[in-house]
Formats: sequence, C-alpha cells, structure tokens
Amino acid sequence: MEKPFAITLQVESSLANHTGSWRVERPQYVNLMPPCNNACPAGENVQKWLYTAEDGSYEEAWRALIVENPFPAIMGRVCYHPCQTVCSRGQLDEAVGINSVERFLGDLAIEKGWSIPVTAPSTGFKVLIIGAGPTGLSAAYHLRRMGHAVTIRDAADVAGGMMRFGIPKYRLPRNILNAEIARIEDMGVRFQLNHKVDNVQDAIDDGFDAVFLAVGAQIGKRAYIPAGEAARILDAVNVLHDVADGEAPLLGRKVVVYGGGNTAIDVARTAKRLGADEAMIVYRRTREKAPANDTEIQEAIEEGVLMKWLSTVKHADAGVLKIERMELDDKGFPQPTGEFEDLEADSLVLALGQEVDLSLVNNLPDVEVRDGVVHVDPNMMTGRAGIFAGGDMVPAERTVTTGVGHGKKAARNIDAWLRKEKFEKEPIPRVVEYSDLNPWYYTDAPHAVRPRLEGVRRASNFDEVVQGLDESTALYEARRCMSCGNCFECDNCFGVCPDNAVIKLGPGKGFEFNLDYCKGCGICVSECPSGSIIMIPEKS
Amino acid sequence: MSTTPVKFYQVGSFAVGNRLLPAAAGSVQSDMERTNALTSGHRACQGCGEALGARYAMDAAMRAANDKVIAVNATGCLEVFSTPYPESSWRIAWLHSLFGNAPAVATGVAAALRAKGRTEVRVIGQGGDGATVDIGFGPLSGMFERNDDVLYICYDNEAYMNTGVQRSGATPAAARTATTQAVGPEPGNVFGQGKNVPRIAMAHEIPYVATATVADLRDLEAKVARAMEFRGARYLHVLVPCPLGWGSQSCDTVKIARLATQSGLFPVFEAERGEVVSSTPIRQRVMVEEYLKLQGRYSHLFSPKRRDDVIDRLQAAADRNIKRYNLMPEEAGDL
Repeated sequence: MEKPFAITLQVESSLANHTGSWRVERPQYVNLMPPCNNACPAGENVQKWLYTAEDGSYEEAWRALIVENPFPAIMGRVCYHPCQTVCSRGQLDEAVGINSVERFLGDLAIEKGWSIPVTAPSTGFKVLIIGAGPTGLSAAYHLRRMGHAVTIRDAADVAGGMMRFGIPKYRLPRNILNAEIARIEDMGVRFQLNHKVDNVQDAIDDGFDAVFLAVGAQIGKRAYIPAGEAARILDAVNVLHDVADGEAPLLGRKVVVYGGGNTAIDVARTAKRLGADEAMIVYRRTREKAPANDTEIQEAIEEGVLMKWLSTVKHADAGVLKIERMELDDKGFPQPTGEFEDLEADSLVLALGQEVDLSLVNNLPDVEVRDGVVHVDPNMMTGRAGIFAGGDMVPAERTVTTGVGHGKKAARNIDAWLRKEKFEKEPIPRVVEYSDLNPWYYTDAPHAVRPRLEGVRRASNFDEVVQGLDESTALYEARRCMSCGNCFECDNCFGVCPDNAVIKLGPGKGFEFNLDYCKGCGICVSECPSGSIIMIPEKS
Repeated sequence: MSTTPVKFYQVGSFAVGNRLLPAAAGSVQSDMERTNALTSGHRACQGCGEALGARYAMDAAMRAANDKVIAVNATGCLEVFSTPYPESSWRIAWLHSLFGNAPAVATGVAAALRAKGRTEVRVIGQGGDGATVDIGFGPLSGMFERNDDVLYICYDNEAYMNTGVQRSGATPAAARTATTQAVGPEPGNVFGQGKNVPRIAMAHEIPYVATATVADLRDLEAKVARAMEFRGARYLHVLVPCPLGWGSQSCDTVKIARLATQSGLFPVFEAERGEVVSSTPIRQRVMVEEYLKLQGRYSHLFSPKRRDDVIDRLQAAADRNIKRYNLMPEEAGDL
C-alpha cells in the first residue's frame, strides 16, 4: 500500500490482529435475580420498575409494576416490605425506600386516572371468586387480564375484605382502597356483593368453569380466660370491623389489648384514636418475639400505646385484670412465674389470631382441611378439581401482600387448568449476593424517610400516619437502587476495557462484547457495579 | 414537607457514564464517538493498565484539542505493543523516535508547529516510567526548564516491563523485580532510592503538574482537560498497574490502582507553578496491606514469613503522603 511521506504504518492497521484468540474465558452479560424481587410475596419485579422510574417514566414504571400487583397505592401503605429487609443497599448505607416509591407511583396513577385495558381476547371461560379481599381481587384482576369472565361474590356490602375491615384507615385511607378496587371493576370484573356463598356446589352449578375460594380468616380466636360477669371482653376483629363500619365500640378509658400481632397493634392504636386515655398491649413474650411488624410497634409506642411484655391475662373482672408475669425459658418459650399483679382496665380486647370459617367447604368432601386451614396442592388447587383456594384460608403468612401473591399464582394455575395445560413457572436465576456487586461506584446517600405525622397529633385522629414522597424525593429514592444483577447502562464496561472490545449499542440497547478482540482479562466483570457480567470458560 | 433537590445520580460521578446525565456532562469514555486513540488489536497483555491509561488520556486530549493532537512516544511497552511492524493501533498522529529522546522530539514538533503558525495543534509526549524517570530524564528536565509547549504524560507501571521487569527509578521500595530479587535481609527494591518525578517537575515551577490513576477516570479526564488549558510545559503522571510485572490478576488492574490511592501510597493531586493546588481525598481508606497482598511482587512480605517490619515502613510512607497531600482532610487533626 502506498503511504504518504514519512508515514510507515497505516492507521488502526492492528485491527487485523484478532487478539480474541488469546482468551480462555469470556465475559457474558447476565440478568440475575435481585434480592428484592426474590423476597416479594407478590413476585414484583422491583428492580425493573425502580429502573424505569429513575428517568421519570412514572407511567411506564407503574405499568411494569402492575403486571404483578394491581395495588401499588395499597401496597405502598400496608406492605411490610420484605424487599427492603434484603435490599443490598442496606449493607452500604440504608435500604432503598422501595415501599415509598411504590406508593408514590400508586398515588400518581390514581391522581392521573391511569386505567388498565383488557387486551387479551375473551377465552369464554367463567371463573367465580368467593371473597373480595386482597387475594380474591388480585386473582380477579389477573384472570381478567388473561381474558376470562370473572365474578366475585362477597358477603359484605362493599369489597375489600380485611383491607377494609381489618386495617384501620389511618394506615389505609378508604379513598385509596376504593380507587384501586374501582380500577379492577372498570376492567369488567363483575362484583356480587351482599352475596354470601354457603354452598359452593350450587355456585358451580351456576355455570362457572372454575372457582377460587378466598374468604380469609375472619373469626377471632378465643382463649379461655376466667372472667367475672361484668368483665367487658371484646374481639379484635369485631372491634376493627365496627370502626370500619363507622360505629365506635364502647372500650372505656383504659383499654387492654391481649396479643402481640399486627391486629393487636391496630386495635391499640385505634383505641387511642377513639379517645381512650390509655391503651396497653399485653403479650406473653418479648418485643423481639412479637409477630407484629417492628415499625408498627414503634409507631404505636410513639403514639403513647403502652407495652406490657412477658405478661398473660389470668382473670378478667369489671374494671380490673389479673396479670401474671412470665419468663422466657432456655428455648425462648414463656413460662409462668407465679407473680401476679392487678391492672386497671375498662375493657379487654382479644387479638390472639384468627381462624377460617370452614362452613363454606363443609359439604365438599374432596376438599381437605388440615389444622383449621384448607389444604391445596402446589398449584393451589384443592382436592376437588376446578376448585382452588388461597390467601388466609390456606397455610401462609397472613399479610395483604402474600394474599395478592396467592391471587396471582392461583390465577395463573386456574388459567392453565382451564386450558388443560400445566402452569410452568420460569426458572429463577441465581439470587445476587452483595459480594457480586462493586459498591465503590455507588455514592453514599441515605434514604429519604417518609415524614410521619407527629405522634401525639396523629394519635387523636384517623388521618393517615405515614405521608408520601413528593416527586423529587421519590426520584431520589428510586435512583438509590443498585440495580443488583441487571445492567443499568453505567458505561463502566465500555470504559474500562483496555482492548476496546465492548461495543456500546446506544441508550436502552445495552452493550455487546467484540469477541474478535476481547482478551478475557475480566476487568469489566470486576468493575461492573451491579454484578451483571460473569466470566465463563471458553470452549477448548 | 421538606424536599430534597433532584441532584443525586445513582452512581454519582464514579462510574464511566450515566444514562441519567445529559450527554455533555458525560465522560469522554462514555461517548460512543470517542476517539479510541489506541484501538483494538494491540498486543498488550490481558488487563494492561497502560493500554487503558493511554486511551483514557489521549481520548480526553483529543476532545480538549478539537482532535488536533500529535503524540510523540518514547520506546517502551506502549510503543512496542501498539506498533509491531507493520501494524499500528493508533488512530491519531503518532511519532516514535528513541527511548530517551521523546521530550526532545516533542519539543521539536512544538517548535515546528510554532514556526508554521499551527499552534492550534497540540503536542503530547508520552512514555513509560523507564523512559521518563530514567532514560529520558535529561531531555524531560530540559523541556520543563525551557517551558516548551508540550504536555508530557508518564504511564507509570513502576519498572521496565517490556524487557522483563527490571527495576526503574520509579520502582517502589520492597517490590520484587528481575533485578531486585526477594532475597537477603532486605528483600526486593531498597528503601530510600528512586525518584519522585511529579515533585521534580514541580521544582521546575512549570505551569501544571498532576497525578492520576486508571481507577478514577473522571479525575484523569479532568486533569488532561485542565492541562490543555495551559500553554508551556505540563506534566501528568498516571499510575497504570501491570498484571505481568506486579504479579496481579488481570481483572484486578483497576482495583489495584484504586487501592493504591485509597491506601495513600499513590497520592492524587495537582499543582500549578510549583504549588499543590488540590488533592483528591481518600474516600474509603485501606491499610497498605490490602494493596500489597494482591500483588506477587510483594508476596515475600507475607510468606514464608510475614515481614511486619517492612509492611510498617510502607505504611509509614502512605501515612506520610496522607499528611503531606492532605488526603484525609476531615481527619487532618488526628494525624
């Protein structure tokens, strides 16, 4: 080749030298399972919707979210966010406030009136859902999106189940609950309220192809407590139900709530709001062992709810309770000490857990009941083909989010069963560990804690306790996501390659390796902040 | 409700790019249209820090000088692996003469451009630590003294790697090289020798002297851009780990450079006219051991017998840098 004067070597003529032949390992982009997604009882793709929200594409983010969960605004208030417990960012500074961003997106969707079109063609199948709580509504939503005709029947005159009758409105304002349920109704789900189902067989005979039972656990557990005739003992479920109905149950000045779960906390906080001077939780174990969510306990304490740990109620009488102090034994179980004290109390509210009303399945001999709950197979089907069950009436953690997850899972299995197929879950990729990440690249930035109404002020009314993020704080929070195991286009691989062997495809398109030149040094893997590149052996 | 201004980007400025930043605020290396001054097919080892550093620096220089750059290269790894006859990996005007004369040739190129009235074309001299610290040191000092309009960049991998890892004037104390074996009571390179060329350059009171590493791209690019704002002699000293000579994993090149800065062993600073004007604070301090133990050239400090005495001396050198360059401003009172 003729070259100009004094030029001896052609520009970039080294491209003829394919250094990729030196390689014994090659890098590969992967999508791993972020810990948050893995922990979500509703199976949300948290990393994906946070990523989408990061550039302000809120509607797109919301639409990515509702693929798995129809209730972002509800979730953003009542979910105990196990995603945040496992968030990798928690090991760097503080977990990302996933729950608060979810709420921001949910509220924005309500404000903007975003709706959910049903685009799937009608399948012709009819599904009956019994129970309009979180589980039933979630199943209805997913089944409707798949093109099935869905009817929900519920004994109450309004939909929502425990979200309405169990969760006080200072935690879940009713306009939010109503808006997210209305959106499901707008999708064409038929609601038959005031319609208690006593006989499932009759319902099936109405022409439904499949039935999903999701009536929850509505009956308060009773414990035998010796009591004088004048003692006032109430049940937590009923108290909350009455308050939701707008009736103020007579609790008196001093209220004692017996139990350590979230329902107990809800009742104690509600009692304060109804005007009780004193609301006290009595629980036989310690705060650490109490099943209630720690945030709830903390908020209750801030509102002036008193806590009496390691105590049981031995006797109830008018205006006074006999309390026995307990001690934890070596195994962590509470044991009586024989030390008693008297406690002034105008009423005692029992919050000792709830049981399932099984009368619904009494005349279905194929449906097996074990330990007071309905037994289902891994596909959520009962012993009777075509009858599925989920939520609090099957063995599960009893939270709204778990119920929503059950609804989704049941919907997928019902859909497959109707089509005479078997639902196959996609294999779950490896869960990202903190050691997969290169946290150097993330700037330190603590989490924007949602403002709380000051304790005393909020204890006196039913205003919502936890306020939301505004747009700037929500964006800030979303951007704290480390995008574990999924590329977020930080360009590090494109930059750190000594051999220019990473091809940047442009915004939203990611990167490719140019294996003609990649020598397999692995710097891109080491320097990838999110652990989205792995090395794999080259075939010899 | 209080509001937090939207100013946070999820990886701050530490990653190469960021999809949330406007393109103009992105680094040169994140630009799909970057020069790629040193392109694929070069014969540097896997994980070569020098190949990376040279592309970072030259791409940044090309952006700063509107693509009008002539590079004069000393003999060394960079020259050998980028231009094995008849191939070249360079996509810029590039010139090689001898091992020791790159600063003098660069001076000549700058003089020729001045004579032709082409002063918009900027001249960069570059070489490894052997060419800079030892063999080309006389011409470099002369270039500084005359304040010739050249930016000289030294890619420091702390020994003569191309010829088989022999000690240079930039080899750190206790490091093993082919000519400073890990034998005797004081194994590896001796303490108290070698040259600190950034400080020697500062002693010439030239307009601009800076240090950088391949671990902090943004900082390196900013320093190249800043250097191009000056006329006259400028010096940039870039630490570039060498997996071959340092006995490290090829994937750890950037990590080792980062540990060099975070331990304080390699201070990152800039100086104008002989005075330090800024230094890059340590973000996550580590003890020197974290840096040393990843490198085979220091393995004799850990086995067969751990040499705490030697590690302590290296730690003392790092501590001295931290104090001297104020690398931990928040704890300055404690040191």
